[in-house]
Amino acid sequence: MAKVEVPDHLLTLTGGEREVEVSANNFRELLIALEERWPESSVVLAKCAVAIDGQIYQDAFLEPLRPDSEVFFMQRIEGG
Amino acid sequence: MAEAVDYKVIGTSPVRPDGVDKVTGRAQYGADMNLPNMIYGKVLRSPHAHARIKSVDLSRALAMPGVYAAISGADFPEAQHGEIGGEGGGDVADLAKNIMARDKVLYHGHAVAAVAARSVQLAEAALEVIDVEYELLPPVLDLDAAMAVDATLLDENCFTKNLPEKPDKPSNIAAVMQLARGDVEAGFADADVIVEGEYRIPMAHQGYIEPHACTASVNEGGQATVWCCTQGHFEFRAMASKVLNMNIADLKFIASEIGGGFGGKTVLYLEPLAILMSQKSHRPVKMTMTREEVFRATGPTSGTHCKVKVGAKKDGTLTAATAWLAYEAGAFAGAPMGPGAMSIFAPYALDNFHIEALDVLVNKPKVAAYRAPGAPQSMHAMECALDDLARELGMDPIDLRMKNAAEEGTQAPYGPKFPAIGFKACLEAAKKHPHYTRPVPEGAGRGVAAGFWFNVGMQSSAEVHINENGTVTVVEGNPDIGGSRASMCLMAAETLGVTYDQVRTLIGDTESTGFSNVTGGSRTTFATGMAVIQACEDIIAQCKARAAATWGVDEDQVEWEDGQAVPAPGVNADVKPLSLADIAAKAARTGGPLLGRASLNAQGAGASFAVNIADVRIDRDTGKVDVLSYTAIQDAGKAIHPAYVEGQMQGGAAQGIGWALNEEYIFNADGVMENAGFLDYRIPVASDLPMIDTQIIEVPNPSHPYGVRGVGETPIVAPLAVIANAVRDAAGQRINDLPFSPPRVLAALDNA
Repeated sequence: MAKVEVPDHLLTLTGGEREVEVSANNFRELLIALEERWPESSVVLAKCAVAIDGQIYQDAFLEPLRPDSEVFFMQRIEGG
Repeated sequence: MAEAVDYKVIGTSPVRPDGVDKVTGRAQYGADMNLPNMIYGKVLRSPHAHARIKSVDLSRALAMPGVYAAISGADFPEAQHGEIGGEGGGDVADLAKNIMARDKVLYHGHAVAAVAARSVQLAEAALEVIDVEYELLPPVLDLDAAMAVDATLLDENCFTKNLPEKPDKPSNIAAVMQLARGDVEAGFADADVIVEGEYRIPMAHQGYIEPHACTASVNEGGQATVWCCTQGHFEFRAMASKVLNMNIADLKFIASEIGGGFGGKTVLYLEPLAILMSQKSHRPVKMTMTREEVFRATGPTSGTHCKVKVGAKKDGTLTAATAWLAYEAGAFAGAPMGPGAMSIFAPYALDNFHIEALDVLVNKPKVAAYRAPGAPQSMHAMECALDDLARELGMDPIDLRMKNAAEEGTQAPYGPKFPAIGFKACLEAAKKHPHYTRPVPEGAGRGVAAGFWFNVGMQSSAEVHINENGTVTVVEGNPDIGGSRASMCLMAAETLGVTYDQVRTLIGDTESTGFSNVTGGSRTTFATGMAVIQACEDIIAQCKARAAATWGVDEDQVEWEDGQAVPAPGVNADVKPLSLADIAAKAARTGGPLLGRASLNAQGAGASFAVNIADVRIDRDTGKVDVLSYTAIQDAGKAIHPAYVEGQMQGGAAQGIGWALNEEYIFNADGVMENAGFLDYRIPVASDLPMIDTQIIEVPNPSHPYGVRGVGETPIVAPLAVIANAVRDAAGQRINDLPFSPPRVLAALDNA
């Protein structure tokens, strides 16, 4: 089960849940699973950057997840 | 740390291919485009910082002979809310209203109308006969006033985002953000020493030398061509399409050479005005901002008010930290409070922390990105607090940072665990650096501080063409701001196994190459470099296939070595190696021209860390601070072109020193900027600075073929705190607010 964490400003979306464990083989499956758990979350989460096992993705899609993957949703990074 | 790789071309510092044209004046910048029948556009700007627009009457301007077009907000499609997309994000309606005010003006200098005429002088005269009726509103000019309970609202429909429940009332606080981990109270209870600090930094501009400029030409079929100085012509095209409700296929954007951007040229200002007025006049329209317009009406970076509290054990181990970070957004939401919050504690392993950040509307220009947006301000607060903590503990400030330094496996405050990073290597280098080991000059002070930036990847495209003689043309879509053509040439040469002078790199326009996000976020050498490398690998695969066909062997029996196709070890083929030139010469017989291509969304941008050291002396009679020596140490992953990496480090240090010492927007009580020119807004000149010494650390980024980390933004993060800590050392007291202008320093010394 991948460990998934969302930042504080998205807790309204998750009913206060900050950390959950989800079974998913890739990022797309993860979003689908989270949508079932937190309705209407996938649109917001898809706009976030996400770190999967330390690697930051601005636009994740089919990135594979391991059973012990650590997934953090975070604000997209902009730069100058 | 990964082993050093013996590259042949990468790591050398050849002369940049665009250098001759730039130093001889041949290079075409934003204002250099001239076309037949071209006319000139100028913008009428609000004389008020906050007012409702009751009416705009263009008729007298339009009646003037030689005036070909005049527009106001009413000429634009209705501003639709929606995602801008691209690197900076934001709301399309806000962007549209910032380009041309509709119902309200929200800062002094906000565009209200525009005119295109046969000369600049005539256009300026026409602006004077445009009649605008305003209903004045009180300007909201600082964070405290904006956040007051009874504050005048900039936007009656602004309800603070990210709160547990939608608030009952609108507010000037557009959004809040929190990051937290562990038990802060327990962490502070566990501390032997606690320090607190409160710091204010005023709004400051990027200070790029080239003002914004563009020329637009719309033909009778409605197709527009726009020449402009931009950090990203593809994203400009997308923004213009949304603001003007035009088909993106009817817009062609061509990036000129660019005289600096630093994030400020990721935002659209003039281009939609020029397109609209070209549509109306059927002539090309050229628009160029004055320096005053650049200051008043383009995005600076946020003024901030930050509070930090840090606790530590006697041995220096950090036990807890909190931060409250308020950022001025300017007229529309979108201050860089998110990256500021995510950066502030990033260099350190911290189990207990809480960060709250605020995005606050004020009647000032809408802020834009500026090198590592948000991080210099927040990290200034933390790095000053750490300096105070080191003094309280009697610890060397580098040792204190080393004690708590993040490393591979440390969980960053914003979530993920770091892969291989170079912060400890930077600290070790700083501790051993001759600048740090030599005595502080008598009467001077020394400061150190750390810097951090995430860096990003994002989308890039590249094509590689092999010319008939085997030379190489790379085409990609990122305007070259810091020498990226040379870096692309180096990476292509390394990958193909040819020499640097065999490769040329061109920046394609939006119709001649694939999409690329902006040159920003320290992404170009990393992400577009990856695309170039992959396009070269595509070429190599094709060359191996053609060599195999020529030799009558299987493709897997051919290898690529030193720019040549050779038989693989053990393959019994009595053949001469085929160079890129050999294969190109026979290309017609083996399948036609050689074209490699790649497009990608680059992932795995490696975080970059820096440690800087400065010595300063204060003139106690005048309060003037002189920087005696400055050293910047930074992890570049792998420096593709070391001289340009050093240039980025030196440039970032120079900008940061200027920000720390003198740069600030000074507004009067009506919200009018009083120092909108380089005489009064004082950026550092060469005589203000010592030679900026540099040391490049190379801890390769495992996610890039050559180990590249972005290097363009991190250099500006540490200097604010470095100078602040050096001034603290020299003055014998902490001066919390920037800049250290002589009057502020003198007042602090007098009050001590």
